[in-house]
Amino acid sequence: MKPLRIFAGITLGLLPVFTWAGEGKLQETAGVTQIEGSSGGGLVPWATLAGYDSRDEFSLSAFSTRVSVDDFRLYAFGAALGLFDRVELSVARQTFDLIDTPYEINQNIIGAKVRLYGDVVYSTWPQLSAGVQYKELQDDLLAELVGAEETDNGTDFYLAASKAHLGALFGYNLFWDLTLRGTKANQFGLLGYGGANNDSYEVMVEGSLAVFLGRKVALGMEYRQKPDNLAGLEEEDAMDVFVAYIPNKHFNLTAAWVDLGTIAGSDPQSGPYFSFTGYLW
Amino acid sequence: MLRHSLTVLLVFLLLGCQSLSSSRSLFDELGGMPVIEKITDNFIDEISFDQQIVQHFKESDIDRFRAKLIEQICVEAGGPCTYSGDSMVDVHTKMNITEAEFNRTVDLLINAMNKAGVAHRTQNKLLARLAPMRADIIYR
Ligand code: HEM
Repeated sequence: MKPLRIFAGITLGLLPVFTWAGEGKLQETAGVTQIEGSSGGGLVPWATLAGYDSRDEFSLSAFSTRVSVDDFRLYAFGAALGLFDRVELSVARQTFDLIDTPYEINQNIIGAKVRLYGDVVYSTWPQLSAGVQYKELQDDLLAELVGAEETDNGTDFYLAASKAHLGALFGYNLFWDLTLRGTKANQFGLLGYGGANNDSYEVMVEGSLAVFLGRKVALGMEYRQKPDNLAGLEEEDAMDVFVAYIPNKHFNLTAAWVDLGTIAGSDPQSGPYFSFTGYLW
Repeated sequence: MLRHSLTVLLVFLLLGCQSLSSSRSLFDELGGMPVIEKITDNFIDEISFDQQIVQHFKESDIDRFRAKLIEQICVEAGGPCTYSGDSMVDVHTKMNITEAEFNRTVDLLINAMNKAGVAHRTQNKLLARLAPMRADIIYR
């Protein structure tokens, strides 16, 4: 994973230089970066948009994430462009490493999200966004082995509602997100799309809940329902508990404990998750 | 294991939301008039050192601003005051305050509350009462 380290190093190195970033949004309201490169929590894309651009600004951010569950490692890195607090465009690359085997699965993801309504803090109703994640599988061998119907690419569509309630929990700020995703993906798309059990789009429910303990630290949890398309290989829902450290508008760090359930017949997989997002502009 | 702890946490949070209403008024929680005055003075200090925000105040009568803002915070916190200033729309019209400037000003108010020793949870409650005014203030 040398490219990743170099990438993270460059990102960190650039931070002090680019301190005139798009910073018009309130701190924390950009969320962190979820595993597919969209602004969100760790697993769930939120209605929030990447970057601190207000409606007169734009922003550029980059992230890198590492998940180490029992038998697998998942690395992800990418970048997101935020335009006028309205649109988010993102690219990400995931590498799923099957430890103790010679296999790894690479996947490229292009994402777009549009804010349809509201402001996560200020509007009466939740902020509402619609997004797509177009995924291109680079290594289709394992997807074929497990019996996926489609092993080249797939597209997820989602609708997300997010709201922060100031002082709502004993004076602490409370945040929640509810996301509905239309998808055919097996294990985030890493094992292709569709299978003998099911080969049509299904709506999956995803949600996050977080409490801000002060202006810099958020404690939260997430749930992500997943389809169960492959015959004979049960796919379970994923969940996590996380701590996000958001010291300023230049970077944030997230540590989590993730439970991905069983993957392609493996024992249940859980383990630590670390993610870094830097805001370059 | 994680699945169980999540359920427990969720139940705890929901219970927490049920018992939101505290009997003490925000005015008392803040520390009454002396602290509200302190917040306002700190806030004016913060504005005066912010190169961008201070531009809007170049021709303002700061004594009036101070007096009206103290009244307003007092009223919003449920204190024994009456607001004698102009409406938020009237005051901020023609200023063309951007969203970024508004958020910047919120940061300055948070600094002012920090320097006045206001607890984080109390700050959030005051911000929650002021937040709905945003629409009357920006891009006018
Ligand atoms: C929730 C946020 C805000 C509240 C509660 C608030 C409240 C007030 C109050 C009570 C007054 C005095 C009204 C009067 O004289 O009758 C005032 C005046 C003023 N406000 Fe705001 N304000 C807010 C946001 C802002 C922002 C973001 C700016 C600019 C960046 C701003 C710029 C001004 C200026 C320049 C005046 C003086 C107007 C004059 O010269 O007469 N305010 N504000």
